[in-house]
Amino acid sequence: MPGAARRGGWVVAGLGTAAVLLAAAPLFLSSYPLTLLTQALIYAIFAMSLDILLGYTGLPSLGHAAYFGVGAYAVAILATEFRAGFWTCLVAAVAAAILAGALFGPLAIRAVGTYFLMITLALGMLVWGLAFRWVSVTKGDNGISGLERPTLGPWSFADPTAFYFLSLVTFVVSAACLVVVVRSPFGMSLMGIRESEARMRSLGYNVWLHKYLAFMLAAAFAGVAGFLWAYYNGFVSPVEVQLVTSVEALLMVALGGSGTLVGPALGAGLIVFLKNFVSVYTKRWLLILGGVYICVILFAPGGIIGALKRRPR
Amino acid sequence: MRRTLGIVALVVAGLLFLPSTPAWAQKGPIKVGMLVPQTGPLAANGKDMINALELFFEEQKYRLAGRDIKLIIEDDEGKPATGLTKARGLVEGQGVHLITGPLSAAVGYAVAPYIDSKKVPALYPIVSGEDITQRKRSPYIVRVGWSSGQPSHPFGKWVYDNLKYRKIAMIGYDFAFGWEVAAGFHRTFEEAGGQVVQKLWPPLGTADFGPYLAQLRRDVDAIYAVFSGADALRFAKQFAEAGLKERLPLIGGGTFTDEHVLRSMGDEALGIVTALHYSAVVGTPANRKFAQAYEAKYKQAPSYYAEGTYVAGVALKAALEATGGDIESVDKFLAALRRVDLSDAPRGPMRFDDYGNPVQNIYVRKVEKVGGRLQNTVIHTFPNISQFWTYKAEDFLKNPVYSRDYPPCKSC
Repeated sequence: MPGAARRGGWVVAGLGTAAVLLAAAPLFLSSYPLTLLTQALIYAIFAMSLDILLGYTGLPSLGHAAYFGVGAYAVAILATEFRAGFWTCLVAAVAAAILAGALFGPLAIRAVGTYFLMITLALGMLVWGLAFRWVSVTKGDNGISGLERPTLGPWSFADPTAFYFLSLVTFVVSAACLVVVVRSPFGMSLMGIRESEARMRSLGYNVWLHKYLAFMLAAAFAGVAGFLWAYYNGFVSPVEVQLVTSVEALLMVALGGSGTLVGPALGAGLIVFLKNFVSVYTKRWLLILGGVYICVILFAPGGIIGALKRRPR
Repeated sequence: MRRTLGIVALVVAGLLFLPSTPAWAQKGPIKVGMLVPQTGPLAANGKDMINALELFFEEQKYRLAGRDIKLIIEDDEGKPATGLTKARGLVEGQGVHLITGPLSAAVGYAVAPYIDSKKVPALYPIVSGEDITQRKRSPYIVRVGWSSGQPSHPFGKWVYDNLKYRKIAMIGYDFAFGWEVAAGFHRTFEEAGGQVVQKLWPPLGTADFGPYLAQLRRDVDAIYAVFSGADALRFAKQFAEAGLKERLPLIGGGTFTDEHVLRSMGDEALGIVTALHYSAVVGTPANRKFAQAYEAKYKQAPSYYAEGTYVAGVALKAALEATGGDIESVDKFLAALRRVDLSDAPRGPMRFDDYGNPVQNIYVRKVEKVGGRLQNTVIHTFPNISQFWTYKAEDFLKNPVYSRDYPPCKSC
């Protein structure tokens, strides 16, 4: 199959160029665009984690911000109240997100389609309610502020460039893990479930367990993104767990192309870009964003990556 | 896949060719960055803020102390993370010399550490979160608005002495703003000898106050309410519809009947007594001029959001004139800003305390109908009120910040 090999070559070349560009970005970007690129990387991890559910398992979650937020709050509380360090916070953020996923998963994955959407929405609002009302722990509406960037051994991530590299490394590691997962037999079974749950069940697969594991996996990486997000902003507030954050992540996945991992990362970058650069020139940027979505849905239902894949080679 | 690559390259290249202006461009125009919600539920109040600052700069022909003013407005959506990103854009992307705004306290708290780290002077016209100028104060943030408890402190004592109420039930927003405004009143009202016997906290955006109205105690002398915007509108209306208006007097925090909501209220608002540092009908010459100009341009009475942001402009002008237009020497500019003593702000005389909060008049206002229109008639003026009222600042700051549980409700 020479065609496939050539295509594989292009993929490697493309990813390689992207990696070089991203690694070299601090050399030619001033601090503000660099912080935005950092933000795009964090959102990319978040969107890719959602893609495991939406794109690979066929479970459209409207409450994914819950795990992102739980991770972020875990970091904020540990770092401000207990002066916890980098690794403690990372482990705690991921553990808290997995725990939330483990608790919510059984409730959510009983349903499919719209019902899954609604249950995850409700569970997401539950976490938001906790963040908003449990004032003694979360500081309520004002949020937790005064979070300092972490240090790791000899490195301090206070500097925007250092923090950018931390985010980049985390992004690359997360992306690699997720790629390994989706290419594994487990990932294949997830796609099988997406295509036909009944057939997978009749083939003897434990569909429930697969879904449950996928749910916790997605929650874990959302927690990783939340971990970075808390340090990136230096504060956490209930807005992080609001419905809009979940919706934004869904849109990133849909825009880039679900079930591709590269697509959601690209979608995240595009949305951060639109939000922060287009809004400088017009306050009607939401209109432009809306227009882009309508075009994607009408002309490229598979997202940007989906549209590219469909082209004849 | 080649196209994927192309898109990645395009995005990165797009980031590459951004206009990045050096922040230290000497003696060009003074760039004022404004953070304000232009979308979301707070957009209408954000519009008042923009209107007022634009009015001020137009009156000054966009020139202060001999230098041109460039106003850059960014939408913070009322969300902390967005506000912080936009603040970064203003400071690092656009190189602004000063930030003014935001509106929401959560955004205010979120951008404060960033403002500190970048040493950018900031004027907060609206955010009233107590700790902004108290326990978490910053050398770079000067507030031209108010602290939540500032109008409530004198009002609590005044209500006890003059309206002779002895027992009060409270109802207000269930987040920091509601707690803080109510707590200031609670504290001084009880210290004067009164009793707060109930505190109810409906969430933001409550559509039906029925269950809360049913719970409200009837054996009290008055109800104290803290709401704003659409919630204030709905609460006043449903309170009247429940037949409570004839039985119990309504008093409350200033935003409850502020002009931004009074415009849409009906006769159900008549007689409500509140306290704030402004009313659109304050009788100072500066206010007559301001309110007239504002009304001529925007066809409505100015709200406290408008006046607060206008005063941010007035204070900026005074500080710039004191430094001869030098805003680049940040420490010098901040010192001049903190020394600003305004005799001609629309709200009346105003100066800053050592913590960066205004010392100003507090007005007790009563909603009346004059010429067919509702207004906040001033019925009493407290001059020179600081955020600490009559307490010593050190003692005041030793207490925890006002919250749902502080001061504790002894008679609930």
